[in-house]
Amino acid sequence: MTYLAKPTLHHPTLAKNRVGYTRRDYEGKMSTLCAGCGHDSISAAIIQACWELDIEPHRVAKLSGIGCSSKTPDYFLGNSHGFNTVHGRMPSVLTGAYLANRELIYLGVSGDGDSASIGLGQFAHLMRRGVNMTYIVENNGVYGLTKGQFSATADKGSKSKRGQVNVDAPIDLATLALVMGATFVARGFSGDKTQLIPLIRAALAHQGAAVIDVLSPCVAFNNHTGSTKSYDYLREHNEAVNRLDFWPPREEITVEYGEGEVTDVGQHDGSIVRLRKLHADYDPGDRIRAMSYIQEHAACGEVVTGLLYVDPEACDLHQQINTVDQPLNALGASDLCPGSAALENINASLR
Amino acid sequence: MKPTDIGAPDYFHKVVDCQWACPAHTPVPEYIRLIAAGRYSDAYMVNWVSNVFPGILGRTCDRPCEPACRRSRVEDEAEDGQSRKEPVAICRLKRVAADYKQDIRGLLPQPVEQKNGRRVACVGAGPASLTVARDLAPLGYEVVIYDGDTRAGGMMRTQIPKFRLPEEVIDEETGYVLGLGVDFRSGQYVKSLQTLLTEGYDAVFVGSGAPRGQDLDIPGRREAAKHIHLGIDWLANVAFGHTTSISKRVIVLGGGNTAMDCCRSARRLGGDDVKVIVRSGFEQMKASPWEKEDAMHEGIPILNNLVPKAFTHNGGRLTGVTFSKVRSVYDEHGRRRLVPTGEPDPHFPCDVVLVAVGQDNAFPWIERDIGIEFDQWGLPKVDATTMQSTVPHVFFGGDAAFGPKNIIWAVAHGHDAAVSIDRLLNGEDISARPDPMTTLISQKMGIHAWRYDNAISVDRRLRVPLRDISAALKNIKIEVELGFDPQLAFAEAQRCLNCDVQTVFAPKLCIECDACMDICPMDCISFTHNGDEDELRPRLRAPALNASQDLYVSETLKTGRVMVKDEDVCLHCSLCAERCPTGAWDMQKFLLEITHAGPACRASGVPGQPQQTA
Repeated sequence: MTYLAKPTLHHPTLAKNRVGYTRRDYEGKMSTLCAGCGHDSISAAIIQACWELDIEPHRVAKLSGIGCSSKTPDYFLGNSHGFNTVHGRMPSVLTGAYLANRELIYLGVSGDGDSASIGLGQFAHLMRRGVNMTYIVENNGVYGLTKGQFSATADKGSKSKRGQVNVDAPIDLATLALVMGATFVARGFSGDKTQLIPLIRAALAHQGAAVIDVLSPCVAFNNHTGSTKSYDYLREHNEAVNRLDFWPPREEITVEYGEGEVTDVGQHDGSIVRLRKLHADYDPGDRIRAMSYIQEHAACGEVVTGLLYVDPEACDLHQQINTVDQPLNALGASDLCPGSAALENINASLR
Repeated sequence: MKPTDIGAPDYFHKVVDCQWACPAHTPVPEYIRLIAAGRYSDAYMVNWVSNVFPGILGRTCDRPCEPACRRSRVEDEAEDGQSRKEPVAICRLKRVAADYKQDIRGLLPQPVEQKNGRRVACVGAGPASLTVARDLAPLGYEVVIYDGDTRAGGMMRTQIPKFRLPEEVIDEETGYVLGLGVDFRSGQYVKSLQTLLTEGYDAVFVGSGAPRGQDLDIPGRREAAKHIHLGIDWLANVAFGHTTSISKRVIVLGGGNTAMDCCRSARRLGGDDVKVIVRSGFEQMKASPWEKEDAMHEGIPILNNLVPKAFTHNGGRLTGVTFSKVRSVYDEHGRRRLVPTGEPDPHFPCDVVLVAVGQDNAFPWIERDIGIEFDQWGLPKVDATTMQSTVPHVFFGGDAAFGPKNIIWAVAHGHDAAVSIDRLLNGEDISARPDPMTTLISQKMGIHAWRYDNAISVDRRLRVPLRDISAALKNIKIEVELGFDPQLAFAEAQRCLNCDVQTVFAPKLCIECDACMDICPMDCISFTHNGDEDELRPRLRAPALNASQDLYVSETLKTGRVMVKDEDVCLHCSLCAERCPTGAWDMQKFLLEITHAGPACRASGVPGQPQQTA
């Protein structure tokens, strides 16, 4: 952390986006995380992505659970809606909010403790229900707030700062998201924003459950030799399967590529995700292959990053339960309570 | 780009924009911090060492430091649309140090008992000569200053009106120099350099100024001569009390600072209707913007684009001035030409005219056959670094060297000439110049504690309180500016960004976590692949388009990238260092002191200390 809030002065060329805001307008309060925390980099990537997407801050709801990661929504999007929920319960609160008002952009921020331990069940159900949201896991493999015990995502055999070896098998949240039916699954690294920012942009535009497992080194408790979540380890073992570019619907694609190198994936809202393949054998449209690919590489110590799976025809919770287009919280009393005659009709139809 | 050599004295010096811009390289942020801490005497001494006349300069300096101030590049525009990108009021803070200091005489060098046997003559007792004397007398040189006036100060005393610079400030600060055991021969005008050179001086310094006002040879000049005065001569007469009144309607011709002093003086001596009329446009006037403001504040209109054509007169009495209206046209080389607009010539009635259209050097007392060479403009041939003339032991400085400049340049020349004299008389090559003395010291005291106040003030520039205008105009000796009081001075001092506290990067410690890049409020820091400077500048996190400011480039980091920091708009707020988990960034105070005359400026060095490379 820093002791001073960031001065309000800014670079003279700082640009405004289409909705009239500068990148600085998407910042939040002063971070209280340790200096050099990967989570602060992820916050910066979220700020950049939201600015680039011309998102109006009041159209965003950011929700989190408990932990270092879950503190971060205070440090970005200071003008958005926020809910710091109970430990591990961000998915259910978010699901409720999404049911009540389908018009906001939902951003869930959680950590490996909040999502892979106490909130594992919540995580799974959010995925299988297809809640239209972006779920960012800030994954550092340790419980930083309680001084660095192994979390459920710590790799078997990795060493703690004090030298203990982890004997438990790790939970791979990307694989779990694939198993549970998430329609956009990616993995990023806080130390590589050129990869991470487009992933966040694409995830925010995705009309379904989008998960990004972001490896985020804990500089205080998990950045040593023997750790598999340190800056050095991740830089050495990072296998990016693709590079991503993302265009919102209204923007023209301006970048030129050589033939055969790219795949375009159109999404529901007209936005386009363009993938440059780095691994010739990788197909982000094949859920089953994605799972085995991740596991095969994990077995030889490689961390697969990039857009791992995307289903452009994703179906979200509101479609599945066939709700009206108008947000439920905007319906009038007569719509919500149509009277006893309507109830009679419903009951009759069920007999 | 190659990794930046931060060991080169110029690199960090350039980052301290104000100090770099100051001809005498005064460590500005250093004394501003001392003012904020209420250590006025210490702040005064930091100034005194560098620029010799803090109290005088704090009122009259041309302030090259202020346009350079980083503050004017980083401030936001105000919401009301009015520009608020303004520098720190460096000059007026200097005055605060002078106003609130305690008795500093004990901190000054004492006159030396044991002289070194060398004799140096200075011609003129203005700022340049006094600086030479200040630097050389404490070393044991016998310094003799000649001046035609009875008191020291030169143009500071004769040309600057007392309502801007009170007499007692001049007395005090010239007194500090003369008190160092300098032999001041007052009232002794040097009539012949040839004679002076026969008097056995080891070196002679000419700091006689640019004492001749340019005249305006247009019709009516001779006929109405009694009512037309040369600005600097008239100001000198006012300064000495020979002139105590002026007619009601006054026209001042000229757009420089002398013109501003003339019109404001005239306003106080009985001029009710005082106008300044200038050939150029308002923006192109040579006067400092603040001096123009001060004149207009006193109800003096400034009329532009009018070229004087003729003085009108009636029986020896001046009746006015006729002008022709012009506009400025620039050719492809950017040279200005004044082209008549063809409108009828306006006539402005007046009783008296003050001509302040420029000054010339005048050396009637220097014989042309004694080896001192002059150029086609009548200026002596002087080396810009050593201040040496074509006679090896004769040096020039101040306005006498390169024509009219200002006090702070005269001081800088004086320091340079003193170094040359000291080296020359110690048998050393004077073209070899001493390096400045620099130190770089970490300011870290704790995780978030620094030895300087790193919070960034967003205050606007504070205005110096002025005396009520009606009282100010009643008496020409009453100082107009009241100066900052300690509270205002503190607030203004807090606007200083401490640009001398440098961001120093240790590439070996960096883990490339991006923390510094994310927190930097000015987006100065980038981690990227290396490239040529021209290619690198536009693609940094924020484009670095001010090529006059350097890029700080690190060695190649672990990932093959480099750290590039654009020095242009850095706030020196320390957030990069506070956010850095490994201490790869540190805030280190860079203090640069120009090496003045004395053992440190010589190749033989200080006895018992390592030799300096010169």
